[in-house]
Amino acid sequence: MSVALEGVSLSAGGRPVLHPLTLELPSGLPNVLLGPTGSGKTTLLRLLAGLDRPDAGRILAEGRDVTGTAVRRRSVAMVYQQFINYPTLSVFENIASPLRVGRLPRAEVESRVLEAARLLRLEPHLKRKPLELSGGQQQRTAIARALVKRASLVLMDEPLANLDYKLREELREELPKLFAESGAVFVYATTEPAEALLLGGRVATLSEGSVTQFGPAGEVFRRPCDLATARVFSDPPLNEAPARIEGGRLRLASGVALPAPPLPTGACTVGVRAHQLSLEPLEGAVPLPATVRVSEVTGSESYIHLDVGGLSWVVLTPGVRRPEPGDAATVWLDPRRLLVFGEDGRLAATPALAEAA
Amino acid sequence: MAKPRDDRAWLLVLPVVALVAFSALIPVMTVVNYSVQDSFGNNEFFWNGTGWFKELLDPSTDLGGRFFDALWRTLLFSALCLLIEIPLGIGVALSMPRQGWGVSASLVVLALPLLIPWNVVGTIWQVFARRDIGLLGAAVNGLGVDYNYAQDPLDAWITVVAMDVWHWTSLVALLCYAGLRSIPDAYYQAARVDGAGAWAVFRAIQLPKMQRVLTIAVLLRFMDSFMIYTEPFVVTGGGPGNATTFLSIDLVKIALGQFDLGKAAAMSIVYNLIVLAVCWVFFATTTRRESEAAR
Amino acid sequence: MARIGFERLAHAYPGAAGYALKPMDMDWDHAGAYALLGPSGCGKTTLLNIISGLLRPSEGRVLFDGRDVSSLTTERRNVAQVFQFPVVYDTMTVRENLAFPLRNRGVPAAAARARVEHVAGLLGLSERLDRRARNLGADEKQKISLGRGLVRGDVAAILFDEPLTVIDPHLKWELRSRLKELHRQVPVTMIYVTHDQTEALTFADRVVVMSEGEVVQVGTPEALFERPEHTFVGHFIGSPGMNLLRCAVEGREAVLPGGHRVGLPRAYPALAGRVELGIRPEFAAVSREGGLPVTLRRVEDLGRRRIARVELGGSPLAATLPEGMPVPAEPRLVLDPARLHIYADGRLAAGSA
Repeated sequence: MSVALEGVSLSAGGRPVLHPLTLELPSGLPNVLLGPTGSGKTTLLRLLAGLDRPDAGRILAEGRDVTGTAVRRRSVAMVYQQFINYPTLSVFENIASPLRVGRLPRAEVESRVLEAARLLRLEPHLKRKPLELSGGQQQRTAIARALVKRASLVLMDEPLANLDYKLREELREELPKLFAESGAVFVYATTEPAEALLLGGRVATLSEGSVTQFGPAGEVFRRPCDLATARVFSDPPLNEAPARIEGGRLRLASGVALPAPPLPTGACTVGVRAHQLSLEPLEGAVPLPATVRVSEVTGSESYIHLDVGGLSWVVLTPGVRRPEPGDAATVWLDPRRLLVFGEDGRLAATPALAEAA
Repeated sequence: MAKPRDDRAWLLVLPVVALVAFSALIPVMTVVNYSVQDSFGNNEFFWNGTGWFKELLDPSTDLGGRFFDALWRTLLFSALCLLIEIPLGIGVALSMPRQGWGVSASLVVLALPLLIPWNVVGTIWQVFARRDIGLLGAAVNGLGVDYNYAQDPLDAWITVVAMDVWHWTSLVALLCYAGLRSIPDAYYQAARVDGAGAWAVFRAIQLPKMQRVLTIAVLLRFMDSFMIYTEPFVVTGGGPGNATTFLSIDLVKIALGQFDLGKAAAMSIVYNLIVLAVCWVFFATTTRRESEAAR
Repeated sequence: MARIGFERLAHAYPGAAGYALKPMDMDWDHAGAYALLGPSGCGKTTLLNIISGLLRPSEGRVLFDGRDVSSLTTERRNVAQVFQFPVVYDTMTVRENLAFPLRNRGVPAAAARARVEHVAGLLGLSERLDRRARNLGADEKQKISLGRGLVRGDVAAILFDEPLTVIDPHLKWELRSRLKELHRQVPVTMIYVTHDQTEALTFADRVVVMSEGEVVQVGTPEALFERPEHTFVGHFIGSPGMNLLRCAVEGREAVLPGGHRVGLPRAYPALAGRVELGIRPEFAAVSREGGLPVTLRRVEDLGRRRIARVELGGSPLAATLPEGMPVPAEPRLVLDPARLHIYADGRLAAGSA
């Protein structure tokens, strides 16, 4: 089972909202659409669902063209950020609702609903109304409804965004398992890089209506093909600095020179994630002078926000540190962990230590 | 967000188009036909071209003078109704309870006048305001005020306007109340934290959030009051004299009282065009304001 | 600017059985950065609304600098509050929105203008001051809400009710660090309500962890991380949360599931009730040798670190898979002995060294 998009594009009011894209979404592992608000995630989900029709291109389900097919004739289930349930129906009836249309035998309906309720731990609440439940239980009801439908395509649009942090952690772990077993194609949109990694499937990064990269989450994270992807897939934000390649050396604006990747002479951008910088001397790293702006302690680690030669950078450092704002600091930059993007924004060379997280 | 699109949806509109053609277009064409002819009875018609329209729009003629008098009267009536009903409706909506049993109680009370047929409203007020047996009329006269809507033009106006206010303020209030209910609690809380008084809350939150429904309320109330017929006809019959003869009443007098079908047809076309023009201006300004605001 | 105190403060909503906020006493320092952290329904928003005066407590008193303000209305309490969803006054420009709290309090125009421009600069709104507020995106609307909270120079406290919920991850970082910078510049008590531990820990000097209407621990981020006084805190703080294993304690040793014995940093007396050993995944490492034998279930790749989900004698545990280490064929689990805690019926048991 798989769903494929072939050269699909969409524009609204004369402006493109989704640039032509070709993508094949397999079943089993989750397919995560990662991008900020307005990057085209929801648009893509709506096209996949058949709620909108692309301006160009085809959508194939199991090789069959379903581009013009109405939503209700497709085997699609969708879960939204808002908890959408039927307020007057009990949780049981809510979960059963997709089966009522299909005129299944009573016993079959009952067994499927109970199975879904068991998986999502809703059994104690089956007789209650959705609005009497907590947000997490309401969303689990909506997810159970998607599960019970046994649709071949399950779409989720930031389903955990309105839930408590801890509950999110729990469901994040369970959702991929639930849907992997069902054999459906599972598409999940999120704005959070950490969520994309935790779901542990494939990630398509979206930026301004384009899919910039598609591949296994860890691979896209470590080897982003361009600057847009690296930006979308960094939390805290990617630390960036303009630089130049000159005489085989990579020279930052501050004058610091580093070994250069094989790039022609010219301007480029270097990017490095917060956890790959250090406030302690590292072997082979170059020191950069910086001024502390703010420090944030998470308990075991500290995020130090710095001004590095006029650029705003964040360093994640182990242990508890609370340097005073205005203090001088030294950031150690390891050239082997650096992402270097050419003038066109493409990744010029894979960092030597990409594999080492 | 775009909705699913399917061009076959146009087919679903066909029955409505047919219905509108039957119920609106054909009668309108009949009226247009009458408006360019004169008749002396016996079903004999003569071509009159734009004659009726010229006469109608020239205030120095009999017909024109009569038409413009009625037109100003109607506009004055609409203006009075709007000026009273809109602020009053907003006030009622603001003072309604926001939760508890009082909500449904006040909704029922407000809905009552709207449920009464128009001619019954007229009859109620005709009796209610009579100086001899009417509760209101007799009471006012008992207080020493000489009030008689059947003889004094001002009294007649007061009665007709009061009746319209009684009948329709509820509608404005209900629309405004719906607008107010859509304001999340956080807005009121934020305003309290920001130190806003009742007037500041009204200006900053309630009025802007009611703007859309108010637009609809003003439009509905204008159209209804501009085309009012039944209630003043039942109460005053357009009198005393012609004091409360609004356009609609005058139109009926000409058409059915004098059987001047040509004049009446021309007049109804002009009347209709005025309503359309006002609505269009209204619609255009509000949509432009909205699109400006969206920029 | 005020010290905020609570005396036997409690709240029960009319008609509801039991307390939404259980009786408590607390004192908060002047100009501190506090976070109220807990899952939904834990009573954190109730407490916040009591501080702001939107809700009147059913029992006890709230004190600002020792003065009882329990019966004062929000307007008279001199607090600012920022809500979860952006509240902007649609018909006003950004400038008018920011000036609204000042105008309502009769601040002179020149002073108000200077204040508004200062705050707009801090939040990066300077270029939009004369735009209409209604047409801005959610991010910018929330900046306006934040700005209205920050614009008054004389407030006793600024309260934030999950203010970053609707904000995209990247901007969250920016706004949070801006708030911290602001707190440095303007010494005012800030109280931040959230269910997100990262936001609470990074924002606050002191985090108040709440569960089921009760304050379970108040402490610095590192104290909550290193020495959770309650298993709830251990679980709620940290991602993944603290591992808790049923065990039996015999003096300086804990007997784990499967009969494994682990040395403890402290000696414990006989403990009653449900006894658990707590260890954070950060201090439990997968290794090739030493430690305890475990079964590896799954490895989660978080990009900058890897979490190994293992089983020890049938109990699941989260552990760290060190950087660069391939997954071992026969994994062992090494626990940092200094980081082991013992809990009895959910509460941290005090041992003796």
